[in-house]
Amino acid sequence: MAAKDILGRAGEERAARYLTAHGYTVIDRNWRCAQGEIDIVATRGDLLSIVEVKTRRSSAFGHPFEAIDQRKRRRLWQLAHAWCDAHRDQVGGRTVRLEAIGIIGSNPASAEVEHLEDIA
Amino acid sequence: MSTARTWAVALTGVDGHLVEVEADLSNQTPEFRIIGLPDKSLGEAVQRVHNACKNTGLDLPRRRLTVNLSPASLPKQGSGFDLSIAVSTLAAGGSISPRSIARTVHIGELGLDGRVRPVPGVLPAVFAAARAGFERVVVPKANEEEARLVPGVEVMAAGSLAQVAVWHGADVEVPEVESVGATAVEQVDEQILDLVDVIGQDEAVEALIAAASGGHHLLLSGPPGAGKTMLARRLPGILPRLSEDEALEVASIRSLSGGAPVRLDTGPPLEAPHHSASVAALVGGGSRTARPGAIARAHRGVLFLDEAAEFSRVALDALRQPLESGAIEVNRAGFTARFPARFQLVLAMNPCPCGNHGVRGAECMCPPMAIRRYATRLSGPLRDRVDIDLQVARVAARAATAGGAARTSTADAATRVLAARGRAAERWRGTPWRRNAEIPGTWMRQGALRLSAADRAPLDRALERGLLTLRGYDRVLRLAWTMADLAERERPGLDEVGRALHLRRGWTP
Repeated sequence: MAAKDILGRAGEERAARYLTAHGYTVIDRNWRCAQGEIDIVATRGDLLSIVEVKTRRSSAFGHPFEAIDQRKRRRLWQLAHAWCDAHRDQVGGRTVRLEAIGIIGSNPASAEVEHLEDIA
Repeated sequence: MSTARTWAVALTGVDGHLVEVEADLSNQTPEFRIIGLPDKSLGEAVQRVHNACKNTGLDLPRRRLTVNLSPASLPKQGSGFDLSIAVSTLAAGGSISPRSIARTVHIGELGLDGRVRPVPGVLPAVFAAARAGFERVVVPKANEEEARLVPGVEVMAAGSLAQVAVWHGADVEVPEVESVGATAVEQVDEQILDLVDVIGQDEAVEALIAAASGGHHLLLSGPPGAGKTMLARRLPGILPRLSEDEALEVASIRSLSGGAPVRLDTGPPLEAPHHSASVAALVGGGSRTARPGAIARAHRGVLFLDEAAEFSRVALDALRQPLESGAIEVNRAGFTARFPARFQLVLAMNPCPCGNHGVRGAECMCPPMAIRRYATRLSGPLRDRVDIDLQVARVAARAATAGGAARTSTADAATRVLAARGRAAERWRGTPWRRNAEIPGTWMRQGALRLSAADRAPLDRALERGLLTLRGYDRVLRLAWTMADLAERERPGLDEVGRALHLRRGWTP
């Protein structure tokens, strides 16, 4: 496993804990299909959140959120619909929305977490 | 605080419109967008503001920033909005105080290193801000003197974005930057042209003084070497100095044409476009920003068209509208810019293509048709708006070499002009007019100002014989009043009417 992947895994771990602490229920992680991968799928009340986690050691090469551009958002929506299609029983009439979590720090377990709800 | 607002100025012509610059910060993935009809250079403000903030040590928030320029339907152009965009986004992000920027107008372009660069048109912009009731304006350091010409507004000259941010309560270090200099203004010390230099043209000098006193437009025709250009160039010297408001108008137009005026010049401007000038050069133009042409730059001064008959007919006829209305409108697809154009017109031309027609002792080689064609280059309607039609003859050898004759100096002439203008202003008190050239004809032909039948006898005769049109009749009357003002008489008598008639009826009957 490359160093960047280890960092990514650690970041996702941290994000999952963060979401759980904020009242989310994580129902799926690293779900893959032909179009790509969803980092975290979580629910809270009548919301179904598709969460993209971005982890960076530092912001020297830009803020993690800057990597989520229009193209990435469009792909996330495709993935969101693909997931809903594959898990019809778990959607249960919930509203789907995209969320982003950015983590900056070489040790994701203790780094600061930024959370954007509903990135449209 | 997720929204913040400040103010900037958009210019159409010399009219400044206050533009509210609002920045909104929303919790979305990072993006920076400017809306409200920006043009290309204004759209690129995104990059300049981004880098300027970063290099100032004030990072923009990593969220979605939307900057709206309101009124959103007014097209905006230029880089003068950079500073206002930067401070509103910084305030939206919480780096500086939103309250502090809310009642301040910010004008200036940003360099990538955070320096504030000068922009054209600062004077009319600050003027608009002051008129709209703003008390504080931040301008680029290089435009400081220009902005300080406007009374009643606090001007803060900024060298860098950091400096502006600190004024508004940011906690950053202000770097020692070398401020960006203004575009070099050619500070030509105006050459003093004195009327004393004019030799043997007493009649023409008197006509020039009459033109200056009454604000009459002037046509000088005569052979080459008679001194037409010399006379015309001395007209601004004998005109009264501009009032502060007038000088501000003149400086505003100058500021728009790119020069940064550093002091208020009260001398009336002289514009002498070359005869190959196009309509756009005279009227002003440009597809996005309207730049003032020669007509607007001559506002409150003199527009001198040397070799008037060599100008294109279209260019000359473009003068008709501003002569009538005192303003010029430049219409483009997206906007209409209005420039003030209250100038005194001086035309100089030769009598014929070779220039010798009607000169004693010289031989004119032109065929009669060419002479006619040359004389009709100035269209009837344009000629009709010119009050004084003066024939300038070559100076006789005796006059040229005679010394010690009492000649009128510019200082003497200016005193007489000022006195005559004072008398006219006194008479027209309570009316919207100040100078004799502006008085409507009916006003002079009826009521208390009507001349007695005996005094206007030569005029009436000329009208009956068809030598004058009724419009021409009115023009002679106006001139006669100016003559009376110069002669310090209560009202024109037979003498003044006779002299006015002589000045009006030049050599083309």
